[in-house]
Amino acid sequence: MAESHGSASKFLVGIFDDDDVVLKAVKEVKDAGVRIHEVYSPFPIHGLDVALGHPRTRIGIAAFMFGLTGTLTALALTMYTEKLDWPMVVGGKDSYSFPVYIPIIFELTVLFCALGMVGTFIVSNGLGPTVKPLMFDLRTTDNKFAMAIDLGKNKLDEEKIGQILKASGAAEVNVKQF
Amino acid sequence: MASVHAIPSLDEQYEFTAESKRRLIIGIVAGVALVGLGAYLLASGAGSHEAHHGAAHAAAGHEHAAAAHHEYKWTTRLWANVWVNAVYFTGISVVGMFFLSYNYLAQAGWSSAFKRIPEAMPAFLPVTGLIMLAVFFIAGHDLFHWTHEGLYDPNSPEFDPIINGKKGFLNTPFYLIRMVAYFGLWYGLWRVLRNLSLQEDLYGGTEYYNKSIKFGTIFLVVFGVTSSTSAWDFVMSIDTHWFSTMFGWYTLASWHVTGLAVMTLTVVTLKEQGYLKWVNQSHLHDLGKFMFAFSIFWTYVWFAQFMLIYYANLPEETIYYRERFSGYGEKYLVTFWVNLFLNFAFPFLVLMTRDAKRTNIFLKIAAWGIIVGHYFDFYNNIMPGTVGEHGGFGPIEFGMILIFACGFIWSLSTQLTKANLVPKNHPMLEEALHHDI
Repeated sequence: MAESHGSASKFLVGIFDDDDVVLKAVKEVKDAGVRIHEVYSPFPIHGLDVALGHPRTRIGIAAFMFGLTGTLTALALTMYTEKLDWPMVVGGKDSYSFPVYIPIIFELTVLFCALGMVGTFIVSNGLGPTVKPLMFDLRTTDNKFAMAIDLGKNKLDEEKIGQILKASGAAEVNVKQF
Repeated sequence: MASVHAIPSLDEQYEFTAESKRRLIIGIVAGVALVGLGAYLLASGAGSHEAHHGAAHAAAGHEHAAAAHHEYKWTTRLWANVWVNAVYFTGISVVGMFFLSYNYLAQAGWSSAFKRIPEAMPAFLPVTGLIMLAVFFIAGHDLFHWTHEGLYDPNSPEFDPIINGKKGFLNTPFYLIRMVAYFGLWYGLWRVLRNLSLQEDLYGGTEYYNKSIKFGTIFLVVFGVTSSTSAWDFVMSIDTHWFSTMFGWYTLASWHVTGLAVMTLTVVTLKEQGYLKWVNQSHLHDLGKFMFAFSIFWTYVWFAQFMLIYYANLPEETIYYRERFSGYGEKYLVTFWVNLFLNFAFPFLVLMTRDAKRTNIFLKIAAWGIIVGHYFDFYNNIMPGTVGEHGGFGPIEFGMILIFACGFIWSLSTQLTKANLVPKNHPMLEEALHHDI
């Protein structure tokens, strides 16, 4: 998700030692009525996206659209250059011989799709040269799991949420301000 | 993963019911009747069926002109049909072994959940092998231009320096040796793997698994060579002058994706009959991805072969597509497009989304498309070179497909009854039961 942090927001961060514990904790914390901002893990955890209630990714649709753009671009490019602008006869074939351009169409489809997906990745993860990403705990890049809870978006108070986190297995609970 | 799935039982026996046997027998009888009808029609209409000369003939070119020295017999179409089906079902059968082998080599876990199905497929190999040997002896001269003696005799009017140059490879004794070697090696290695698998069920332990990896690897080395050479022998040598360096890959791709489709269809069908409860949507999703990916792979190889020939525009190479595209009064044009549509566009669009790969009905539709489509792939590769302008699609074709398909299903079902559907001592079974993507 693209992070918007115009106003200062305060987060409560539960640190977990084990992927199974954090997965179980997600359900418990949610059942206790707490809205979870996000869970950070050094590796993908099976079933975590389902437990967090994330909607199904629409990345496939994006990929298809980028690919289609590439296909159409390649069709337009080959058709314009070889048929409309400067018709050429190569090897005795018609100036627009479709099979010859399939490799170009294929390559541009793949290129547009790949570049588009890189762009999507950067945008959807809030990365970029000037964007400062939210880093809740550096140890999530190593061996810890962090569950971030946006206090501004929760009705329960800080102390109560801290207790819920501890009860569901958090090794420590920190406050993080951005 | 810690999640625990319910495992109903580790024992499940497939039952080959009297009802299914009856249906298969009806299928075979109907097939024989159709072939008989088709043969009668051909035999009685043979006299009036005069060749269309002109454009079709010119397009057919030299190869056809040489073949025209021999009187065309209506039985050629019968044998060509047997050959198409035998090659097609040989491929499906051997792909079962291929699938098992590369899954062993990769130490894949997920596929062990339904590994009894690919394991049951190669049992049909001796049948197709014997049929192909018989057809070669009975009708080798009608199907394979290169078997004519005169081609290799400089004093004969039939002498053909190009085919004479291929004599080292394309001669009857070596051909027969290869044929026996293919089926012997494929079937023999399958028996080894099958026995190891059955013993593993009885005694357990990782010893059988490790041995299976070894024999699977040996098979892959063998198949790496024999898949290409058998494609040249079974299919490419029919158009004796023509050659393509892509052909081995192309045929392997065709066989492979068909085998995967048959596997998927069997898994889905068994699931719908109440078997294989432990095979979950993730397994189906992966099978769907396999079909999707290898349909594209087939298309890639098809196109690579076509593209080079189209671009280079050398007459001795383009003749192959000329015959299929505009030759013989455009007789093969429809199947040419059907082939591309059913094997590329159709599975590509049907299986593109994630949901489709997890839904039985879409998997079945795509699998049927691939199975039918690749029959036409072999039809299109074999028929123009054997029967040419006398080809067509009538009762004889339908009947022959029916006979072979029912025979294959019979063999598959019989094999499935011979082993527990769960490979219960397979070391990867635990992983497979928790497969989750």
